[in-house]
Amino acid sequence: MTFTTTTPRLADVDVGDELPPLPIPLTRTLIVATAIASRDYQDVHHDPTLAQQRGSKDIFMNILTTNGFVGRFVTDWAGPDAVIKKVAIRLGAPNYPGDTMTITGQVTAKDEAAGTVDVALRGANSLGDHVTGTVTLELPR
Amino acid sequence: MSTDLDQRLKEYEGKEAGGPEVGADPVNIPMIRHWCEAIGDQNPVYLDEAAAAASVHGGIIAPPVMLQAWVMRGIKSRPATGGSLTDELYRLLDAEGYTSVVATNCEQEYHRAVRPGDHLSTIATIESVSEEKTTALGVGRFVTNRIRYVDQHGEPVADTLFRILKFKPPAKPDATERPPRPRPAITQDNAFFFDGAKAGKLLIQKCASCGKLRHPPRPVCPHCRSLEWTAIEAAGRGTVYSFVVNHYPQVPAFDYPLPVGLIELEEGTRLVSDIVGIDPADVKIGLPVQVEFQRFDDELTLPVFRPV
Repeated sequence: MTFTTTTPRLADVDVGDELPPLPIPLTRTLIVATAIASRDYQDVHHDPTLAQQRGSKDIFMNILTTNGFVGRFVTDWAGPDAVIKKVAIRLGAPNYPGDTMTITGQVTAKDEAAGTVDVALRGANSLGDHVTGTVTLELPR
Repeated sequence: MSTDLDQRLKEYEGKEAGGPEVGADPVNIPMIRHWCEAIGDQNPVYLDEAAAAASVHGGIIAPPVMLQAWVMRGIKSRPATGGSLTDELYRLLDAEGYTSVVATNCEQEYHRAVRPGDHLSTIATIESVSEEKTTALGVGRFVTNRIRYVDQHGEPVADTLFRILKFKPPAKPDATERPPRPRPAITQDNAFFFDGAKAGKLLIQKCASCGKLRHPPRPVCPHCRSLEWTAIEAAGRGTVYSFVVNHYPQVPAFDYPLPVGLIELEEGTRLVSDIVGIDPADVKIGLPVQVEFQRFDDELTLPVFRPV
């Protein structure tokens, strides 16, 4: 999925519309690069030995990055004129290196007065749901 | 059940964490670029001035979901003393053994777009510290913080909720702590077999009267009912007569999947034994195998069979 250059109008979006899925191969480089790009130097996001000592199987993606992919998932679909108003996510299964997380989602609510839509999404890897959540987006009329 | 620790932790609830935490740098293009490259975000409103100016945003904005990155402390660790009330709370939890941390929830409501030049600070309130909970990661306590992001003028740009789990890392199972193999039940009838294995010999019971071989060991010859017996050493060659591959239930002393064979020896008797040195998926009836002796610990050595 690549970025959409044209933002859909509010009138063109309906409850039930599916967003294009976003598969993300979880390389070790991705997990480390995104942790550092978000200034998150917690050892569990880059040092496998320390991550294991802290009770984890391996290093895992940090929550700021999960937020980042959630944001990308909705704006890849909604384009440059969408305004992200609200993001609420809950984390479950960790994103470990070597796995793939695929984010899927659909429009679950539309507020004509506010000019916003809600997208409910989930990012699942081989262990289950890594992230579930909702993004509220303002779309042009 | 409420403990002294519960009481101490309750005292943090509802309190402001302390003075605003100021981001190290104002919102800037290089950090936005690193972020967008790492995430693979191609939205032009974050880096392309012309496209951003033509958009509803009217100019470059930082990715809204990047919010927290602007106030991260970076590689500096938490101060050993002082710092905010949140630092103090986390030090207390560390000291009580809740040394590991994972984020579990994040909610962010954006009041306006953040743009290059904005300098963000946070004002945190500790909303709650949970009782000890049992989670998949271990026992821990959820800490929920309400964090307001303000700009250089003190105007709010976002309100957020951030919940983490501080947990006690479970003791890591160590290979040296692996439980020993279950002991065989040794009787006066079968002791020769296990003593033989310890000495590197695969022994077969032989009737002293009619000369027929038998396994597993037992006191009476099934052919002539003689109670007299002796033992011979097998050549150790055989074939897989039948087998199973165990997946479940798993006993910690064994590796799985675990191929277990009924091995027919050249001498004609059959015995149950592990099959080693082969992908369990490749075990076949009729597979030629050779005995070897695997020493599991000081007390236990057993015959196992390896494909020839």
